[in-house]
Parts: sequence; structure tokens; C-alpha cells
Amino acid sequence: MPTVPMSRREKARRSLVFGAFMVVLALLYTAYKAFGQAIDDTQRDWWLVGSFLPRSDDKNMPRVLDILAEFGEAPRAGGTTIGRLTLDGALFTLREAAVGFAAGTVIGLAIAVVLLQSRRAERGVLPYVIASQTVPLIAIAPIVVVWGRTNFGFLPWEWEDWMSVSLIATYLTFFPVAVNGLRGLQSPSPEATELMQSYAAGRRQVLRRLQLPASLPFLFPALRIAATASVVGAIVGEISAGVRGGLGRLILDFAGKYITGPERLYVAIIGACITGLVAVGIVALAERLVLTRRGQLAR
Amino acid sequence: MKALRGGAWLPPTVFGAGGLGLWELVLWLTDPDGFVLPRPSEIAVALGENISEVWMASRVTGFIILTGLAGGVVLGVAAALVVTRFRTANETLTPLAVAINAIPIIALAPLFNNWLGITSPRSNQAVVVLLVFFPVFINTARGLTEVDEEQIELMQSYAAGDWRIMRTVRIPNALPFFFTALRLVASLAVIAAIVVEYFGGRQDTLGNIITQNAQFTRYDVAWAAVVAGSIVGIALYFVGLLLERLVTGRYARASTAA
Amino acid sequence: MAQDLVLEIAGLEKTFNPGRPNAVTAIAGLDLAVQPREFVSIIGPSGCGKSTLLRLVGGLIGPTAGDLSVNGRSAQEARLARDYGMVFQAAGLLDWRSAVRNVELPLELMGWSKSRRRARANEMLELVDLGGFAAHYPSELSGGMQQRVSIARALSFEPALLLMDEPFGALDEMTREYMQAELLKIWRETATTVIFVTHSIPEAVFLSSRVAVMSPRPARIAEEITIDLPERSPPVRDTEEFFRAVSLVRRTLRSVEGT
Repeated sequence: MPTVPMSRREKARRSLVFGAFMVVLALLYTAYKAFGQAIDDTQRDWWLVGSFLPRSDDKNMPRVLDILAEFGEAPRAGGTTIGRLTLDGALFTLREAAVGFAAGTVIGLAIAVVLLQSRRAERGVLPYVIASQTVPLIAIAPIVVVWGRTNFGFLPWEWEDWMSVSLIATYLTFFPVAVNGLRGLQSPSPEATELMQSYAAGRRQVLRRLQLPASLPFLFPALRIAATASVVGAIVGEISAGVRGGLGRLILDFAGKYITGPERLYVAIIGACITGLVAVGIVALAERLVLTRRGQLAR
Repeated sequence: MKALRGGAWLPPTVFGAGGLGLWELVLWLTDPDGFVLPRPSEIAVALGENISEVWMASRVTGFIILTGLAGGVVLGVAAALVVTRFRTANETLTPLAVAINAIPIIALAPLFNNWLGITSPRSNQAVVVLLVFFPVFINTARGLTEVDEEQIELMQSYAAGDWRIMRTVRIPNALPFFFTALRLVASLAVIAAIVVEYFGGRQDTLGNIITQNAQFTRYDVAWAAVVAGSIVGIALYFVGLLLERLVTGRYARASTAA
Repeated sequence: MAQDLVLEIAGLEKTFNPGRPNAVTAIAGLDLAVQPREFVSIIGPSGCGKSTLLRLVGGLIGPTAGDLSVNGRSAQEARLARDYGMVFQAAGLLDWRSAVRNVELPLELMGWSKSRRRARANEMLELVDLGGFAAHYPSELSGGMQQRVSIARALSFEPALLLMDEPFGALDEMTREYMQAELLKIWRETATTVIFVTHSIPEAVFLSSRVAVMSPRPARIAEEITIDLPERSPPVRDTEEFFRAVSLVRRTLRSVEGT
């Protein structure tokens, strides 16, 4: 779906709404903590909805202020703060995601360009591009890591485990790019194509001057989806592959030590959420820059 | 028409068979022990040998997927129907949902595990519901509001009320949007359900079969569980496609592509 | 004699899906000859294959049978030699290119240097009275302006033949008349040969030196009417000669449709 233009005022409004939402969420959380179902001796749930709602004690739901304070706490006195650990983890994860995203975009576009060349290829391969997403490759991340260690010896650089995680991010990323990219490449009108033919333009010229530029408004929404997907792939890949250094591992660690400090898990998860937003934000920014310059937003 | 239908099935079948054959052949030549990537035939054998275990796990995970999918779809559609009734709410909440959709919801799984109990299916369901909710809500809301103004004005010129306009213009307009989201979340739900099982919980799930067997390098069995997950995903995708054909087939055949 | 003709068509036939149950013969036994610097309009009942004819001439589709030569070459060869400037009903500008860069497009494909093509594109925009709009994007231009950019684009590389497929069909009446006058001006200044498909009789009469009337499917040129107007400027629309020519074309068209 081509992009919808957005004014600066609308943007400011949306940021405001998002900020207000965070506040409301924190207030609701606090209110539930005050009035929600607490642990009692009988452990009885509320009627009907009880099993869908958490207990409101400080272990299950730490106070908002405590969670915020936890950003500045250090597990060992004088050591790195939780906030810093989360930031480092986020940057590590973001790097994995970025590499995976870049590779996925290139592969997705390549698939789209190949499928564009022949209806038969499109009909034969597209179902498998779609089916590929039902293969939970993300779940076999450990296998991918082992596979990466043993099979990429031929590369000029040393294969590190985080690159295998990027590979998982790539797998989740290429799909929206391929599908939307193909639709975008096919979007020029028959007249535009005939016009290029009347100039005796070759296939590559048509691709470069007509089809690729025309696909951009279709591509960017896909890239935004891909940005989220690459972060998800990186985090989950780290968790299941046991790769250290990133947010996924941090979440797993803190989840394991939940009893001694539930706030830490919250910090790491908030970090993951922000990482996802940052990734999408970067793509949205690029979209704005590119499409405004090309007059495709000024409608 | 009949010739066309045959033509629609032939290329995927040829490519699929060719791809599997190539996979089998290349690995048979390069990696005969099947240490890392098993051959399709080995996966098939592993699936056959562990069919009862995989079947039981598919039922457990499938239950999570189906209930989560149903919950997320119902909530997403209901929210879209309510929110789009009010202009301000729609203009405020829909962009907000788009922003929230950018966060990696699967990362919330450990929180839900702590809140709702790690062994309870509730935490797994909650993650799937949440993951399904946003795309369904966003797409349906878009379909309900991005309606041709002239169609609305035409209905108003017939003195049609809001509800009548909803039924005759907005909902039919939203259907292709909704089904696009449904196909998307069908495979997302499978991935989410399996990944959430990664964070712990019951032992008899697809996610667990994959982890356990991968740990002990029984990759063929892990792959058999992956295949089972894919089958669930593909089945859900086709159910979505079938529903779309049934509901919109008569007037919107063209919109079913991709 | 044949050398002097820009376009020569003899016994042209076009059948879509030949040999299948859904075969349609759009054009059969069509003859047409166009001299250099002529402005020929092609008019006919809707769905008779006017656009098909234009695409055959432009080498975008191939004929089933018959001869078609442009400056002594086949339509395919002529297309590859970039003999054609085409203008369609939809202006077909690329959204992501400014007006001047749209005009530059064919020159880019032909490998002109940047400075040379920029100079030419600006010159062409001046010709269509859009000198001040070079940096505007298509979305910032009116329908008539977009179509003028499209004409500038088609003329930028001085094609041997300008092929126009209902170029003003989507414009309102006022804009349309203005564009017609503008096109005549450009035609005079550039000495181009034009083949112009339309379904508006006054438009065909006002613009052309010759109107070719097509028959219903399978189409051929049923009648050719030479238009002889004392002058070609807007006031001529209100003269008796103009009305007479219009009604002659109208009567011909009716008689053709009746057969």
C-alpha cells in the first residue's frame, strides 16, 4: 500500500499521543496494582477473567517507580548499571538486526526482480515464498548457529555466532520485501511500460528508470514491517541460540533471576520495545527523506 | 477456465518437487551423514517414527494457536468496529496501534509467563492474542475508514443511517483488508506460539520437541516438528484463503493474490 | 514515391488470439499512406481498433499480416531506431521526476550528456509554455499541464512520427480547445508528422489536414476526407467551412457505422 503523507503537526500530535499512552499505561498498571487480585491464601482467581489477569503483588508487578529506578541500579556495587547493560545489549541486537535487515532487503528485492521476469516463475515460486514464513526457522536457531559455524568457512571474514542470528533476522525480513516489492515493480501502468518500449528501452533500463522507482512507495511499508521483524528475529534468535551480548540473552538471564529482582526483566523488555521502535523509526525517517525528495509524498 | 486452473497448480507443484529433489540430491552428495541439515527423506522417516509424539504436541500447540488467533481476531475486529465509529478515537488510536505494532511483542513472553503462570496456556495465548490483535485491528480499521466518499454520500442521499452504511459500504470495503491481515497473522501466530514455548512451560509442545532434540543433535526429529508447525501454518493460511473466497469470492476475486 | 512517405500501410491485418475460440480480428485490409509534415486524424466508432492501429504503427504489437513501413523500415526497426514520440490519454508522467526530468527521460535512454539533455528539455518546456514549471512534480501540475509535459517529452528527441492516442480525451472542453491550438502551434514550429487518434469530430477537423474514418470491426480506413480550412486558429471554429467539414465527417462516420 502506497504511503500516506503526514504533516509535521500530525507527527507532533502522534508523538504526544504516544507519550500520553505511556503515562496512561503506567497509571492503569498502578491502579491495577492497587485494586487488582492480590495473592491470598486460597489463591482463588477472580470470576471469569481471573485467569487472564496477573497477581498484583510486588513480585509479579513491581512498582513503576521501582522499574524506572532500576535503570540506574548496578547488580554489583560500582559496576555497570542495568540501564547501561540494556543499552549495550540493544546496540548489539540492533547490529544483528541491521545486518539481517540489509541482507533480507537485498534478497527480497532480488527475488522480486526475478519473479517479475516471468509469470510462470511468479506462479511457481510465490506460493513457496509465502509458505516459507510458516516454517518457524526462528525456532531452530541453535541449528542455524551450528550450521553457520561449520558451513561458512569459505567466507573471507570469520563467521561469528551473531551473524547466524542475523541470518535468522534475514529469513524474517526478506518475505515482506519480496511480496510488496513485486507488487510495486508491477505497479506502473501499461501506458508507462508502452512508453518505455516506444523509446526502445531495454529490460534493465525499464527496471532502473520505471519499475524500481515506482516500487518505492510499496517497498517502504514492507521495510517498516521488515524492521520490526528483524529485531524480533535478532532477539528470539539470540535467546534460542544462546548467543551472548544482546537483548535476547539479557531477557533470558533476567527472566531466570526474576525472583531476586523482577524490575530488571522489565527494564530489558522496555529496552527491547524501544529497540523495535527505533528500528522502525529509522526506516520511517529514510522513507520520508527519500519520498519527499522524489515528490512522491507531496500529493 | 479449467485449463487455467490446471495451469495455476502446475508451476508450484513442479517447483516444489524440483526443490525437494535438489535438496535431497545436494545433501546426499555433500553431507551424507545429515549432521546439520537432514535430507527430506530423513525428515519424513523421523516424522513417521515420532508421529504420535509430534501429533500430540501439534494438538497442544495448535490449541494455543487457534485460541490465540480466534481471540486476537475477535478483539481486533471488535476494536476496529468500535474505534472507527468515532472520528477522534480513530485518528488517535489507529496511529498509536501502528506504533505499538513496531515493538517486538514476542519479547514480552517472559512477563506473561510470570503474570499468568509458566505452565498455564494462558501466557502463551496472551502473547498470540496480542500479536494477532494489532495487524487485524490496524487493517480492519483502515478498510472501514478508507471508503470512497462518493459511495457514502450516495448512501446518505438515500437517507441511509450509520448502521446501514456500515453494513452496505464499510464492512464490504473492509473485507479484503481484513483477510490480508488474517493471512499475515495465520503464520505469525504459529511462529509466536512456538517461540513462546521456548521460554519454558509444558514439555509436550512443538517448541519443546524442537529445542530438546536440537540440544541432543537429533536434528531430523527437530525438523519433523518444524514441518508439523509449517503444516499447521499452511493449513491456517488456506483456511483464511478459503474463508475469503467464500465471503468475497463473488465480487472480489482479483484481490486474493498474495 | 514510396520513399517520400513517412508511413505506408497496405493490407494490414491484426487478429488477437489467432486460432483460438476467442480469436478477434480487430483490423483487416487496412491501407493508409501519410506524407511528411502531414497531420492525419484517425476517427471511428468506439472499440473499432483505433488504438490497436496506433500500437501497430508504433511497433508495440506486431501485425498478423500486411505491410507497414515507416520511412522504409518496419515498425519494429523504426521503434528501435527511436522514430516515435508517443502521447497517450493518460499523461503517463513518472511521479518521482520533476517536469524537466520527465522530458529528459527519453534523452537519458538515448545516452545524451546531462548538460545537453537539460538544455533540450528546458527548450521543449518553453515550446509548450511551461518554462516556469521545470522543477514542479507531476502532482503539482494540472491535467492540461501534465499533458503538455508529455507532448514536450514526446517531441524532445525529434521523432520522425508523433503518435497521439486521444491525448486530450481526459481534459475539460476549455482546456481541450486551448491544447488543440497549442498543438497546432507546436506542429508548425517543429515540422513533425502527426498521427492523431480521437473520437471527437470537431477536434479532428480543427487539427488535421486529413481525417481518416475507420469502419467498425474488423476495421479498415473506409474514407479519407481532406480538410481545407482557410486558416487554423480558434476563430475558424465559428466559420461555415468548419461546420461543413464537421458535418461531412459526421455523415461519413454514420454511413460507415450503418454498413
